[in-house]
Amino acid sequence: MSDTIAETGSDTHDDHHPSDLQYVKIALVLAAITAVEVFSYFKSVLDWGDFLIPSLLGMMVVKFWLVARMFMHLKQDKPLLTGLFAGGLGLAVAVYIVALLAFQFWG
Amino acid sequence: MTTTATVAVKTHRDPHETNTGISNNKLAMWLFLGTECLLFGGLISTYLLYKTRGNGEVLPTDIFDIPFTSVSSFVLLMSSLTMVLALSAINRGELERSRAWLLTTAMLGGVFVGGQVYEFTTFVREGVGFTTNPASSAFYTLTGFHGVHVSLGILMLMSLVVASVQGKLKQSNAETVEIIGLYWHFVDIVWIFIFTVIYLIPAE
Repeated sequence: MSDTIAETGSDTHDDHHPSDLQYVKIALVLAAITAVEVFSYFKSVLDWGDFLIPSLLGMMVVKFWLVARMFMHLKQDKPLLTGLFAGGLGLAVAVYIVALLAFQFWG
Repeated sequence: MTTTATVAVKTHRDPHETNTGISNNKLAMWLFLGTECLLFGGLISTYLLYKTRGNGEVLPTDIFDIPFTSVSSFVLLMSSLTMVLALSAINRGELERSRAWLLTTAMLGGVFVGGQVYEFTTFVREGVGFTTNPASSAFYTLTGFHGVHVSLGILMLMSLVVASVQGKLKQSNAETVEIIGLYWHFVDIVWIFIFTVIYLIPAE
């Protein structure tokens, strides 16, 4: 009987969401990364040189990934949702890289 | 007995059950967010193309106030935390706590929008209006569209707060909070992108 219920259940995700404390820890990590990003703006303190742009892009990706995966629960939800979002994001990035390159060469 | 029970369960399906196992409302929100990536991708690309085209006038990048925008960014980032805490509370059936977190999220969003209005006002005083040059037009369009998204999010959050005060928001409505939360987190991650690419990465 319990097998049958499990088989026909319509759960959209498992219920192993992070605890409130884990959410706070994730937010602290996000805040720390933001602090480092802002710190990079003050070149008089430390000049990041050629590492500035790759570092900023890397930190941006980590923040993006943490919010999408943990706060939007993509980690726990069905992979289809990750596919939908990644599909939209990937399409946007691909289309606009092509557009930007087109302007670079023929603009 | 087991067979009968199995048949009974299989024939009496949940009317909200879907083939994907994901509710239609939630699936629709994720699809919507996927398309929003294209919208903001277009606006960000346009800004990147035009950010140095000032026609001899002041560029937005010349008058960015990074410390001020950093505080706004931090506020919006923390609103994602309060949003997820609101969802967590309603999932546990703690309705009053959920309402308090929803209200806090809306207030943090209000602070962000207020900061954006202040920034726009300062820019106009500095001589950078919407039609001053292509760079300023692209900047106002991008950040303005984002501000409109945050404002709509605040309206949705406040409607949840009002429903909660009226006793219409129950534990069984947790998915509604989750779906509005998805929209709110999306608005936050778009700003994560804008803050780095538009504000922090220096123009040529």
